[in-house]
Amino acid sequence: MTPLTACLLLSALLFAIGLAGALVRRNSILVLIGIELMLNAANLNFIAFWRYGPNPEALTGMMFAVFSIAVAAAEAAVGLALIISLYRHLKSANIDEVNSMSG
Amino acid sequence: MPLLFTIFAIVTVAGAAAAICLRNLVHSVLALIVAFAGLAVVYLLLGAQFVGFAQVLVYIGAVAILIVFAILLTRNSDITGARIGGSWAWSGVVVAGVFAVLAWSIHNSSVSHGAAAPQPATSTQQIGSALMQQFALPLEVIGLLLTAALIGAVTIALREQKEAR
Repeated sequence: MTPLTACLLLSALLFAIGLAGALVRRNSILVLIGIELMLNAANLNFIAFWRYGPNPEALTGMMFAVFSIAVAAAEAAVGLALIISLYRHLKSANIDEVNSMSG
Repeated sequence: MPLLFTIFAIVTVAGAAAAICLRNLVHSVLALIVAFAGLAVVYLLLGAQFVGFAQVLVYIGAVAILIVFAILLTRNSDITGARIGGSWAWSGVVVAGVFAVLAWSIHNSSVSHGAAAPQPATSTQQIGSALMQQFALPLEVIGLLLTAALIGAVTIALREQKEAR
């Protein structure tokens, strides 16, 4: 197994775990944790292809990972604000109880 | 495949699995921090020092702390998070299918048979000059996005309080 294959397999495993968390768990914070894990798996792919790709001097893969980390931070802030707002509204963090648009 | 990579890959996967499976939300955030730290070490092993330390600063320093704050602010709800959805069997089938497709395509792709390249030497100076020259416009767009997202987050979190008064 080449190092690139190992990195890609680790990334696929992380993505599957994150997807399982986002689909199975009902607490909205755990759903957000699953989404963060999936974003991290994508970042690992960027870094692996940058490291073992044909032209690492161009730094594009690494830059994409840095920007992706920044977007993930913004996503976490907005997601947690939404969760807190929903909790104030419904007194619950269970996403199964969020079933109406008008409140 | 180097031994260190194997060890930290196992640490990362174990942390992620524990974060998803543990009942107590605070414990699962601690397991998530373990997974993030393992991933940062994997980045360092791949030669991406800047991204590895950015991972530590942003994910462990900011995102994990934010999640802990959110858990404490929604404490009266189901803190154990014990309830598992009724459709977990279907979710398991979907997850297994996605992983099978990913692993199959990784195994059959042409990139997985190339020879290992020598480690590229990148300094933080190179990254900084690339950010200021080649990637200056994306950097500004990211700054604008972060500002808008944080203002939006504060607005969303404040709104209900104003209505209650």
